[in-house]
Amino acid sequence: MTNIIIVPFSLDEHSFEQIFDQLAPLPPDARVLFDARKTRWASPFGLTALLTVAQTRLERPTLAVPESEDTASYWARAAFFRHAEGVYDLSGKIPRSRTGAESSVLLEVTPVVHTQDVHTVVENIQQRARAILQEKLNLQSKVTMRFTMVLSEICQNVIEHAGTGGWVAVQAYKWQQRLGRNVVQIAVCDAGMGFRKSLESSPAHRPDDRWGDRMALEETVMRGMTRFRDPGRGQGIAGVKNFIGTWNGKLSVRSGTARIAVVPEWDQDEVMKEGLAPFPGAQVQITIPERMPDV
Amino acid sequence: MISHIDVSSVLKRSVCDLYSNLVTRPTGAAVRIGIEHHLDEIGDKSLAVLDFSHVGLLDFSCADEIVAKLLMQYVSVDIPRREVYFVFYGMSESHLDAIEAVLERHDLALVTQLADEPARLMGHVDGEERTAWEKICELGCAGPADIANATGMAPEKAAKTLETLWRRRLVIRQESGYFPVRGVVRQ
Repeated sequence: MTNIIIVPFSLDEHSFEQIFDQLAPLPPDARVLFDARKTRWASPFGLTALLTVAQTRLERPTLAVPESEDTASYWARAAFFRHAEGVYDLSGKIPRSRTGAESSVLLEVTPVVHTQDVHTVVENIQQRARAILQEKLNLQSKVTMRFTMVLSEICQNVIEHAGTGGWVAVQAYKWQQRLGRNVVQIAVCDAGMGFRKSLESSPAHRPDDRWGDRMALEETVMRGMTRFRDPGRGQGIAGVKNFIGTWNGKLSVRSGTARIAVVPEWDQDEVMKEGLAPFPGAQVQITIPERMPDV
Repeated sequence: MISHIDVSSVLKRSVCDLYSNLVTRPTGAAVRIGIEHHLDEIGDKSLAVLDFSHVGLLDFSCADEIVAKLLMQYVSVDIPRREVYFVFYGMSESHLDAIEAVLERHDLALVTQLADEPARLMGHVDGEERTAWEKICELGCAGPADIANATGMAPEKAAKTLETLWRRRLVIRQESGYFPVRGVVRQ
């Protein structure tokens, strides 16, 4: 029997919980079809997480691609199908990929498996990041380097902590309804060991009654703890949080059954959510909004 | 002996000749080892100008691997590997962001210099150390008595402060006195 997982009409970090919820009761070897035929929009989180969920299935799942030509075409330009072919059986009409034609895509969906992938990400994004961050988000020129530093650190977390590969994507678009401004979003998703297991692998780890995904996220994201003894570790996430604070951005990290967020004043998200459908690995999203002129 | 080390060239030689960015810990470790090999060849007492002019991006992890771990070997142990002084030359504003973060994390300090600009201290130094260091830069060479006279510090305190600055390799100690650590501006 094939289990049908309905992919939401609009696929972002919040609506993706519907997919996690539908997957949670299924055994890993269950046959699954992800039905995205009616899906019209996906954020970088949506695209990278959709690849990640396929990695967790023991039996290769099927993906019914969006029927909307605009949507499918966009997913193709974001290089989604190029990577989806490796983890899904695809059904439906898949447009020919034309990379580089989409000006809002700062970084197409890109695998992060080895250290050299981080170099590739950094080399590829710098030119486009400069144009979009300055022209669309009114950010100062110096932000480009700092933005790329953040991206580099987030990608390295996948390699160092996940124990498996992940995907990254970066996109700029207008958040008309939610914010009325342009934003740029980074999403990095993996289905690896996640924050809790990463910390548990440290010899210094001493769990107590409160130990779980929530505490693991608080220790790593808020306090910079890592499984390494090296005191120099944990600076990447500190740098990310510093960047988020400076540019009024938002950071959210989902791992296991919990999700933590650094929430700016323009957003009403919850700082901590627990009791989510379990899903391995870590799924990270960063949102940087357009800077409005001082009034 | 003054040795100029182009960090970008070390990156290309040690990791990949297509890379221009210092990102990831393994890359930082490889570049640091490349620099250490270079330092092994230049004698027991030397001034190394680490030139970042041609480096694109430097992320926090790489800064920790290169800058912090290099400094910790040469300045933060009782018996450092050798008497090596460093000038971090040609760093951009974004390089400085990453380096400031790692210096703060490890309570380290270093001397940095941009082209045609005076050397400056970065990182964790107290007020008296900074005052003494700036006075040595101004005077070109100074002993404890000079610093005491110029700053109003007690002579014993001035001597102790200079010794601390030397142990941290922020000034050079010679028989004739203490000298500022600064690079030679390349044409």
